[in-house]
Amino acid sequence: MNNRGNLDQHRFLAFHREMLRIRALEEAALEGLRQGLVLGAIHPSIGQEAIAAGVAGQLRRDDILLSTHRGHGHTLAKGADPEAMMRELFGRQGGNCGGKGGSMHIADFSVGMLGANGVVGANIVIATGAAHAIRLHGDDRIVACFFGDGAINRGPFLEGLNWAAVFDLPVLFVCEDNGFAATTRSADLSAGPGPAARAASFGIAAESIDGNDITAVAETAEALIDQVRRQRRPAFLHARTYRLTGHTGADPASYRPASEVEQAWENDPIARSRALLSAAGTDEETFNAMTQAVANEMKQIFEAARDAPWPDPAEGLTDVLDAQAPEVA
Amino acid sequence: MAEMTYAAAGAAALAEMMDADRTVWALGEDLGRGGVFGQYAGLEDRFGAERIVSTPISEAAIMGIGVGAAMTGTRPVVEMRFADFALCATDELINQAAKARFMFGGQTRVPLTVRMPVGMWRSSAAQHSQSLEALYTHIPGLVVMMPATPADNHAMLKAAIRSDDPVVYLEHKNLWPLSGEVPDDAAPYRIGTAGVARHGSDLTIVTWSATLHDILSAAERAAGAGVADIEVLDLRTLWPWDKARVLQSVRRTGRLLIAHEAVVVGGFGAEVAATVAEELHSDLKAPVRRIGAPKLPIGYAPTLENEIKLGPDRLDAAIARMMS
Repeated sequence: MNNRGNLDQHRFLAFHREMLRIRALEEAALEGLRQGLVLGAIHPSIGQEAIAAGVAGQLRRDDILLSTHRGHGHTLAKGADPEAMMRELFGRQGGNCGGKGGSMHIADFSVGMLGANGVVGANIVIATGAAHAIRLHGDDRIVACFFGDGAINRGPFLEGLNWAAVFDLPVLFVCEDNGFAATTRSADLSAGPGPAARAASFGIAAESIDGNDITAVAETAEALIDQVRRQRRPAFLHARTYRLTGHTGADPASYRPASEVEQAWENDPIARSRALLSAAGTDEETFNAMTQAVANEMKQIFEAARDAPWPDPAEGLTDVLDAQAPEVA
Repeated sequence: MAEMTYAAAGAAALAEMMDADRTVWALGEDLGRGGVFGQYAGLEDRFGAERIVSTPISEAAIMGIGVGAAMTGTRPVVEMRFADFALCATDELINQAAKARFMFGGQTRVPLTVRMPVGMWRSSAAQHSQSLEALYTHIPGLVVMMPATPADNHAMLKAAIRSDDPVVYLEHKNLWPLSGEVPDDAAPYRIGTAGVARHGSDLTIVTWSATLHDILSAAERAAGAGVADIEVLDLRTLWPWDKARVLQSVRRTGRLLIAHEAVVVGGFGAEVAATVAEELHSDLKAPVRRIGAPKLPIGYAPTLENEIKLGPDRLDAAIARMMS
């Protein structure tokens, strides 16, 4: 899998660029939080970018994605417009949801991204339902559903995986195992050998990989996406990673030693990707140009979002119900 | 014009919608065998197991699959078996289905119909008897409908399935065998419209679901005894509710009693009462009153269940009090 000498530089530079964009978008969002521009909680995925880029980045535009509260990376990699995302984080006009959702409810239906979710595990049954609808439509789309290691202790995890297996539904379940369920180590509260074993108990093909290795993620995801699309059955990807920030942008994560985090930075998926590409012959100039281009993109987006107007308060009265009682009897 | 039961009227409405629109499908436990009350009888034979889907006992999944499928170009009809069991799927209904349209800024719609059989029925005790409509009327983003007759079950279920917003559709278990005329050429039901089940001039009673039939009997007794000429309004849709119709009636009669099977405290009757008190204070000849269940779990033994029910004696006394 890690045949460095034969690394497809063109392909992996594209993944590298996507990871840089995700990192830069979230760093800009954290700067927005510091400046009071991001209004509610955000849940950064810094350190987990390889999974977003390697899985969501390989879906077709018409495939469906269901994400989590920690979903900026998945959403961006699926093709959502980052300026609309930043406007949404800032609660401004032109946000994906017109300022009605914020970070935890970002969705972009135009690219098949059917929503982040504020409730852990809730997206698993919704994703399964999207796949059930695809089965009824009879086309070849698939659904990818991301969730964390904390979600595997929720009922909808059991109900959704069982359903997808029983009804032969094309869902790729992706467990991003960053070691923490909110601010508690998930291993302390999860019985048994882990997420992949739970999936396997339903007869769902499951792979466990190093989620910080972009080559492992990209190659495994490519194979599983293809398998789900052809076989019309669910598959499960367990990707081990580490959340380099706290649970939210405001969480100092004092429940873990600084040394653990320092060590984890040495396993940063972006640094590892860069090392692989360098070894394969990518030069410094290419990296610098890419980093600069991404930084320019995010700077422009940040400023556009910052300067965007607030939603018209009347917008808060729309998108609820069509049905109205008659005015006169 | 056909004579059919309330259960058969629901099945006929679903079949009609499935014939008209191939994206309509139903999912729930035991649907292939007709559903627990026979309200899906014959549908699997007619439409196949791909569209009449018998599911695991996984309420959160049934509802959540409905939400995801509704956002992916289909119109699912979700069966909860008993309204009590829908409480296992409250996140999927209240946090997801009801909010997706708004939360995502109008990018999606959730054309989902959630059927929940409600009400007291054959000593079914505390977990199989509840009328929980008020829970759902409290939630922005949900339509709440409660048909009381075969004709309404036919017309209203079709309207629910046509709705692009999620509908909580509460059928009463005691009404399944109720037979009545279902017109072939009825006008489509407009969500949010009440029905005038009896015209009268002295007292307005607002009610819904199976209680309608108890109220119509009580109204006849009151007329026979010379107590009152009662106007009976069947609310039919609880949200959005037909405020204009209710206000128009109470303005004329000057008296309002709201009767429902559900617990009175925090029941939807409270919303109707408060609205009428706010809008028609000077037109009222008597205080607005509510009648319904005491705030108690529903007991199993008939003597205990009857304590909760709106029997004829309680209804007659409530009507007499309104007229005194």
